[in-house]
Amino acid sequence: MSEKPQKIQLFHTCLVNEFYPEVGMAVVNVLEHLGIEVNVPLRQTCCGQPAYNTGFQKDAKKAARYTVELLSKTEGPIVIPSGSCTDMIIHQYPILFREDTDFLPEVTAVTKRCYEFTQFLVDVLGVSKLGARLDARAAYHQSCHLLRGLGIKKQPASLLENIENLKIMTIEEKDECCGFGGTFAAKHPDISGSIMQKKIRNIENSKADMVVSCDMGCLMHLEGGLHRKGSTIKLRHIAQVLEAGLQ
Amino acid sequence: MSTFSARVKSVINDNDLQIALSKATTKLSSGREASIASLENADLIRDMARRAKLNILHNLDENLLKFEHRLIDNGVNVHWAEKGTDACEVVIKIAQKRGIKKVAKSKSMVSEEIHLNEALIKAGLQVIETDLGEYIVQLADDRPSHIIAPIMHMTRHRVGEIMHRHLNVPYTDDIKELARYAREKLRSEFLSAEIGITGANFGVVETGTICIVTNEGNARMVTTLPKIHIVIMSLEKLVPTLADLDLMLKILARSATGQKLTSYTTLIHGPKVDEENVGPEEVHVILLDNGRTGIFGSEQAEILGCIRCGACLNICPVYKNIGGHAYGDVYPGPIGSVLTPGLKGLLEWKDLPYASSLCGACKDVCPVRLDIPQMLLSLRKNAIKEKIPFGLKIGMKGFGIITAYPGLYKFIRNIGSLFLRLIGRDGWIKRFPANWLIPTDLLNGWTKVRDFKVPARKSFQDMWIEREKSYE
Repeated sequence: MSEKPQKIQLFHTCLVNEFYPEVGMAVVNVLEHLGIEVNVPLRQTCCGQPAYNTGFQKDAKKAARYTVELLSKTEGPIVIPSGSCTDMIIHQYPILFREDTDFLPEVTAVTKRCYEFTQFLVDVLGVSKLGARLDARAAYHQSCHLLRGLGIKKQPASLLENIENLKIMTIEEKDECCGFGGTFAAKHPDISGSIMQKKIRNIENSKADMVVSCDMGCLMHLEGGLHRKGSTIKLRHIAQVLEAGLQ
Repeated sequence: MSTFSARVKSVINDNDLQIALSKATTKLSSGREASIASLENADLIRDMARRAKLNILHNLDENLLKFEHRLIDNGVNVHWAEKGTDACEVVIKIAQKRGIKKVAKSKSMVSEEIHLNEALIKAGLQVIETDLGEYIVQLADDRPSHIIAPIMHMTRHRVGEIMHRHLNVPYTDDIKELARYAREKLRSEFLSAEIGITGANFGVVETGTICIVTNEGNARMVTTLPKIHIVIMSLEKLVPTLADLDLMLKILARSATGQKLTSYTTLIHGPKVDEENVGPEEVHVILLDNGRTGIFGSEQAEILGCIRCGACLNICPVYKNIGGHAYGDVYPGPIGSVLTPGLKGLLEWKDLPYASSLCGACKDVCPVRLDIPQMLLSLRKNAIKEKIPFGLKIGMKGFGIITAYPGLYKFIRNIGSLFLRLIGRDGWIKRFPANWLIPTDLLNGWTKVRDFKVPARKSFQDMWIEREKSYE
């Protein structure tokens, strides 16, 4: 078995930085609990996904090039608490730079070091039980880019199963998109809203009091929808529930 | 034509439509899932089918010529049509030359694409749709909303009303009874039609075979009873060999309806020969381009490998919420969002590639693993070269610059964050007031259906730096 890493670089994502700083802190706490030293490259910005998904590949490329150059100067695994941003870097960066043969090796070197948070815990560290404990009924929302883009399904499930007292509620049509889709959410509110209402209905029917996911984009969208309804269902990044009750 | 957003608005609150879509797509999707799961070596078969389709496309011109030779050897008349109108013209000429007045059709998306019915009726011909769904579409003067289930947008009550009004039969919503009405009416039409028109699901290069699959058996009637059979086939329908056809048949019905095979799989090699007592005396194949060669050299060329199973429609969260008509053209759903701009021009159809959350479910279920999300992204890349709002262009340019300069990024983020917190109430914005600092139109797209959470007072990096300092 290869040696376990001692230190990681945290690519915290722009959503976590601006809107959900507590998620970033939860990620840090969980990793430090496992004895991993966390470094935060402070000059990081955004992976470029908003521009990329809207078709502005040239502008996205600037963000991507900057991110690759920044991360190239660091060492060790790069942990990203978002399926969507991880998929952007691992799968879309090589497409963005496919004709840029000079830069492509640098891109590949960085993408090889990138891991989504739960993937890093389970696949790299081999940890699925942290000793967390939480009294809640949680529904897990598997975000599309995590599930289909990265094929990450078992890792978050096994982490959640091992949280003491946490009851996992099943939601109907669990593989279905929540309707977020980045700028799609604002560009096509009627469609996005209609998809979201179905997801909310399924969440409510599951009797969960909490929705857990690995992507703050989906959660921000669902949280906004639930808040408008006056719902008391809480939304949590998986790091936040894994952090609960840690000694 | 109306805009995509306007079409969406007109369907999104249609309760009947939502019920019809939800029922049908759930049934088809779960059928697909179970039947693909029960297929041994499904992954391998899908890979092989994909390879067979892509191989054909890589060498399309040669394959087409070979196919034409086989057809001619089989006694088939071959016609080439560059545009839809050319194909319609061929059909009209065949009918007029023989003084024929009545044609029967089996379900064919390509005939919808080229508006064949309108052209034939204009030329004085009577056209009868023999597929049950298409027949109802024709009665109601409607349009199909799904590539395999043309009346997916209708409830059975609506079908009952249509039959009652147009066929003079008592109203019922019993499906068996409705099918009986259609059967009684259609049987006599089959017997009197002199030309049968079909599409083709596949054309086998090796043998010059035309393959048509149906569940109602109407294609078999249309291809055997009338004395002339005309096939309209778009260029990309070829498969190399009969063995490849077998691969396609293994995955087509499973992906479409969850059946192992459709009830009828018809293989046609040419007109009736002496010892046979049924079958057409003449078979014509019209090979149609209608914009396909334009897609051929593009980043979306792979879309021509589509075998039209409709699985991507049934799984798509967008299709499931808006149905087929909102897409505005013949091919709806994820496949249509790539195909329509390719066939008809991106400038007029650039809304379609954006009608997706990029969830990737379509790619997952596609039997030949077409990477539809990636094709949508490449179309979006091309779409921004066309006319786009100035504000958006500047905004994205700004994004590219800001994200590459962390100091500037931080500065702008601080202003934006402060501003959003100022207009927020209790941490939330219900609607953005008009202002010059942020793109209100786009943001109020967000607040149309959900509240906007204002940024945190302290960013993660602020927290992190504070913590690091406290350790010093």
